[in-house]
Amino acid sequence: MDILEKLTILTDAAKYDVACTSSGVDRKGAPGSIGNAAACGICHSFSADGRCIALLKVLMSNACVYDCSYCVNRKSNDVPRATFEPRELAELMIQFYRRNYIEGLFLSSAVVRNPDYTCEQMIEVLSLIRNTYRFRGYIHVKAIPGADDKLLTALGLLADRMSVNLELPSHDSLKLLAPDKSRESILVPMGRIKTGIHENRTDLAKYRNTPRFVPAGQSTQMIVGATPETDYQIINLSAALYKKYELKRVFYSAYMPVMTGRNLPSLDTKPQLLREHRLYQADWLLRFYQFDATELLDEKNPNFNPLIDPKCNWALNHYDFFPVEVNTAPYETLLRVPGLGVIGAKKIIRARRMGSLDFPDLKKMGVVLKRAQYFITCRGKTALGLPSNPEAVLRGLLSEQGAALAQPPMEQFSLFDHTDSTKEDLVKCLTGQI
Amino acid sequence: MPYRTDIAYLYDGSFEGLLCCVYESYYQKELPSMIFNYEEAQETLFPVKEIVTDRTAAKKVEYSIGQSISKGALRLVRLCYFSHMAEREVTILNFLRMGYKIGPRVTNMLAHDTVRAITKTAQNVASESHFYKEFLRFSEYNGVLVAIIEPKNFVLPMTSPHFCDRFPSEQFLIYDKTHKVAFVYQNGEKRLIPLEGFELPEADAEEKQYRALWKRFYNTIAIEGRSNPKLRMGNMPKRYWAHMTEFME
Ligand code: SF4
Repeated sequence: MDILEKLTILTDAAKYDVACTSSGVDRKGAPGSIGNAAACGICHSFSADGRCIALLKVLMSNACVYDCSYCVNRKSNDVPRATFEPRELAELMIQFYRRNYIEGLFLSSAVVRNPDYTCEQMIEVLSLIRNTYRFRGYIHVKAIPGADDKLLTALGLLADRMSVNLELPSHDSLKLLAPDKSRESILVPMGRIKTGIHENRTDLAKYRNTPRFVPAGQSTQMIVGATPETDYQIINLSAALYKKYELKRVFYSAYMPVMTGRNLPSLDTKPQLLREHRLYQADWLLRFYQFDATELLDEKNPNFNPLIDPKCNWALNHYDFFPVEVNTAPYETLLRVPGLGVIGAKKIIRARRMGSLDFPDLKKMGVVLKRAQYFITCRGKTALGLPSNPEAVLRGLLSEQGAALAQPPMEQFSLFDHTDSTKEDLVKCLTGQI
Repeated sequence: MPYRTDIAYLYDGSFEGLLCCVYESYYQKELPSMIFNYEEAQETLFPVKEIVTDRTAAKKVEYSIGQSISKGALRLVRLCYFSHMAEREVTILNFLRMGYKIGPRVTNMLAHDTVRAITKTAQNVASESHFYKEFLRFSEYNGVLVAIIEPKNFVLPMTSPHFCDRFPSEQFLIYDKTHKVAFVYQNGEKRLIPLEGFELPEADAEEKQYRALWKRFYNTIAIEGRSNPKLRMGNMPKRYWAHMTEFME
């Protein structure tokens, strides 16, 4: 099989994996080697679906011996199979990198023969890239659940980020749809990576030449919409993962019905893109806005409001928290104002040192007021002619979004759909108005 | 004594030259209504004063900006200098005069027109420089990597160090079609060369193969159910597409 065909099959099989960020490590170039890595991450292109392309995202192989029912690569599915030779993949990746097509490699694999063999093949690719080509750029690798500890460690020493897919948000769902995997086979390597990072940190403090073990940390991904978990369950699970396993990112992927199966949603199910989007927004609030999972949802209201974003939703339920006076409120409080992002809040803090601010000043500074105006005062005054009770505010917000809401969700919320890269995380989302 | 404003400055177009204009304006108590360089000869009613570039004076001004205003202000000024903003020299001069009066706080005064113009322009240059780190595409010709860019601002001074750091062992050329300048990196040496015109040569078989592989990857990685042209355009403005391998014929 020629390499064009292999690349097609193995890209196609990898594309549903949403994590494609290249960020988290800063590494300068060095003489005699190739590549560097920028902590802010660099996107190299955007595909027709608008997502960032930063890494050569492919599977090592799609010839799986497992049979997870939501997966196109499962053993019982009749699809063309392909497997890269380690040499061929390493060369392809380096040639793409030289041409500035990509920022690095994102390597994952189906289980070929058994988890250990698969892991060994991946180690070979990575060690060619790192040691033969002397590549200093970014590599993200998927740990193969069930592979030997030693192999996982070897893999982790060659990569910048390692991740294990959580796949489904609950134990029961996993049992139902991925019978060859158990929650343990996923959580064990996750815990192992965390310990690895910790041990490595101590070693690094002791011995200067210790190789770095996954310096950009670990992330995971789960599929939403294939199984019945609520947003409340999912967000709590994420919060726990951030705490317990010290994950850098949790990615959410709206289930795409590409398979038919007894326990699966029917093929004409629409992917829950808006829901996925709300989960990302909530995830932001957890990571950057100092919100707690339990503040956002509870058992009585276990799902996000499709009409308004989680922060607005929180604000409307905590109306006594508002209005916030922009000239005096502390940073953390400003962050809770709907429509005000990290950059907006910082701008205000900076500018108000020069003198007190009123609404025209905020406008001039480029602070977006569309939503924020309902929740703030300047020198004790609200923006002119605005309503001041929650129902009226909600009506106001919705009427502004009203026109947009008539369009399909992806269009309407495209502004926020920067889920793929941390560069965007920083540059675009933070300027944006979560 | 009031500043004299009925005067125009003519300088050599270099950053140092511009700093010398600042020097002159300060010591001669002049506020030129126009500052332009030899290439953009302009009609003006005012007497034109030629400012000779003096490295020592330029260094002094550069140092004083960092000291009396801030390093951040110096960065803003440098980025603006590389921009295509109309009347950028006079705006920079006004900004620096404010800065000398007010001190480091000047960069926070976003409600002031000059400060806002400077900040916005600097952001624009910085973001275009970043875009080219992302969207620039090399082709290989006998081991040499070659790229063409068409930026609005003169981004090479900001963009090229990234590639030098990334590809220390490569030889490469980046041609800026707008400003007709080539950046050449060879055996660790960096040069900017004025170059009237330049086109990509015909690719060899291997280069064609990698282009085909990349296009295939690009087209395969998109998820059909989620096609979103608006989002793509927002993230990757169309004007960059012309020189990107994935959109080449
Ligand atoms: S292990 Fe399961 S999810 Fe992974 S490739 Fe095989 S069938 Fe698909």
